Amino acid sequence: MLKKLSLAALALVFSATTSMAATDITWWHGMSGKNGDVINEVAKKFNAAQTACNLTPVSKGTYEEVLAAGIAAFRSGEQPNILQVFDAGAATIINAKGAVIPAEDLINKAGYKFDRNAFIDGIRYFYADASGKFVGMPFNSSAPIMYINTDALKKAGVEAPKTWEEFEAIAPKLMAAGFIPLVQSQLTWEFTENFFSRNNVQFASNNNGYDTTEGTVLNVTDPNLEMMFTKLKDWSDKGYFGYYGAGWSDNQKVFEDNKAALWIGSSGSFGGLQKTATMPFSATFLPYWGSIKGAGTNSFIGGAALFAMSGKSDAENKCVADFFQFLTSAEIQKFWHEQTGYVTVTKAAYDLAKKEGWYEKTPVAEVGIKQLMLPAGQWSKGYRLGFYPQIREVMEREYNKIFANETSVKDALSTIKKEGDDLLARFAKTSG
Amino acid sequence: MKRVQFDSKFLPYLFIAPQMAVIFIFFYWPSAEAIRSSFYLEDPFGFGSSFVGLANYTDVMKAPEYLGIARFTVIFTVLVTFFSLALGLLLAVKADHVIRGSTAYKTILISVYAIAPPVAGLIGMMFFDQHIGPFVRFAALFGWNMKVGLDYFDTAFAMVFVSVWKQIPYNFIFFLSGLQGIPVSVREAAAIDCRNGFRRFWTVTAPLLMPTSFFLLIINFTYSLFDTFGVIDVMVKDKAANNPITLVYKVYMDGFRGNDLGGSSAQSVILMIVVLVLTIFQFRFIERRVHYG
Repeated sequence: MLKKLSLAALALVFSATTSMAATDITWWHGMSGKNGDVINEVAKKFNAAQTACNLTPVSKGTYEEVLAAGIAAFRSGEQPNILQVFDAGAATIINAKGAVIPAEDLINKAGYKFDRNAFIDGIRYFYADASGKFVGMPFNSSAPIMYINTDALKKAGVEAPKTWEEFEAIAPKLMAAGFIPLVQSQLTWEFTENFFSRNNVQFASNNNGYDTTEGTVLNVTDPNLEMMFTKLKDWSDKGYFGYYGAGWSDNQKVFEDNKAALWIGSSGSFGGLQKTATMPFSATFLPYWGSIKGAGTNSFIGGAALFAMSGKSDAENKCVADFFQFLTSAEIQKFWHEQTGYVTVTKAAYDLAKKEGWYEKTPVAEVGIKQLMLPAGQWSKGYRLGFYPQIREVMEREYNKIFANETSVKDALSTIKKEGDDLLARFAKTSG
Repeated sequence: MKRVQFDSKFLPYLFIAPQMAVIFIFFYWPSAEAIRSSFYLEDPFGFGSSFVGLANYTDVMKAPEYLGIARFTVIFTVLVTFFSLALGLLLAVKADHVIRGSTAYKTILISVYAIAPPVAGLIGMMFFDQHIGPFVRFAALFGWNMKVGLDYFDTAFAMVFVSVWKQIPYNFIFFLSGLQGIPVSVREAAAIDCRNGFRRFWTVTAPLLMPTSFFLLIINFTYSLFDTFGVIDVMVKDKAANNPITLVYKVYMDGFRGNDLGGSSAQSVILMIVVLVLTIFQFRFIERRVHYG
């Protein structure tokens, strides 16, 4: 009797564990503070919504650190199921054929129907391959937008500029009103990459690098970009533009302290800015040049995407697909968007937030999405450039030199072209 | 003294085995791996790699950027080593003379050493902040418009300043104990022979301090070359741009942030050679002049 009972108990334990044994999946990300908390919240919601999978998010530091950690883990076969990779690192992971399972394949294989058109236009191509297939799943997406010190503009009696020509016209008035007319926080993302997207100018050969890594070269010596930086330097000399180095917050601080009239920041800055800004503010699109034909297109997305790493079991991959479906559902997207300030990646989530009156309460939250939804141009879909984090470092160095009067705009841009092209050529060899 | 004899031939090897294993796993193996990958251009995920011979080395050596960083590293190392040794010695000599309240004085000086390099960098960064830094305001009184993070010289100044500040207490501790190790009888004899304190220091105290100084010289060299990483990282705030950085920071930027394993390996091998040459030089030419009492 006792034997029978214990056998039954054993059987019960067994069946219980097999039915309860959820498949564990891990997610490495590079977010901390408030955004990291929201990620934990999203994972908790996912785990509560179903029983088959158990997701554990792990913060690995910054964007660069999570990519380095993911690479090291992959090489020793310890990779997580999901890796968050930032915009500039996209080429590194997408060109490593076999490191990731394209998100679209993963989702289709799990029996869901993947709809590319459900995503906001500006987001659709950036992490996709040349044929438009989603490789990464867009996650935290942001756009560079212009924040406006409303009091400053009122005091100077001017309207927010749509183009850089308009800015040039109102800058003396803003200065006379006692403000630094313009500050920004990242010359690479806001005035180089998104100069090319907003003004619809080609950034690199081979279809902005999407077609192949072989022989891809930068187009940074483009006369239009040279004009942009010549103007910036000129504005800086006249006092229209304040530059405080390559650090993001050194520049943002000037705006927060009510010393500047306009600040080019990220749509994702808005949550933090609400706490730190000492004056009322609003926002509008990143200006473009009226003089460049075809300008005014959408901007590239910044931020990061999620990649499903290869080398995992089918059960785990199914869970990752489940999670991607969950993450792109309108409810969760809206939650993420409202909690962090990052834009929604799907149209449905945007409509939901709009319907619920979120943008009447916080109009600034809509600016980034609207800018990403502007009509796309041939060159505003994205770029795919290897060793891009290093190319950005070269740009940061040369741009700083321009404003420190150590080099001319022309020389700086040709140095960026030369060193950038060398890096691209080196990258082409890595996959060889 | 009693000589220790091992009964077994293998026992001594067994005793040094753990140490050798640690050295092998954490030093020789990674070094060999670095040398190997410095000859390749590799996809970071390890899918493809192509043998490029010495191209990684020639690419690095040809880049004016790299040579500029190397030049800064030399200047930075010399300045940091010199000032932290000199100031540490000065404070130690002065502290050695203090009789009343010497413990409090010494504790205040030593406590800085307990601060971790990134925290020191952070404090330094606040000190030199463009908007709120007290030092920046102080400099402005003399018409020096400091722009740390934008101006190369200003950032270099701040980096040297913070790195020296961080290292002084360490040198202070060693110099002070070195000074206190000099027998009172020797000092008294010197005091009778020579009234000039300055001269007495250079002819009697300094030579007796040589073993300590030599040890500190090597430690400070490695500190300025490698351990200042945390200070630099915090000072440039993740964006090196045109700011001065050292060779170690460049290895980190290319390898860990840029994922260029081949190029970064080549740089670390170059660094390895530099340190090797420096160490040989120090032991062959400087240590000979050191008199170990």
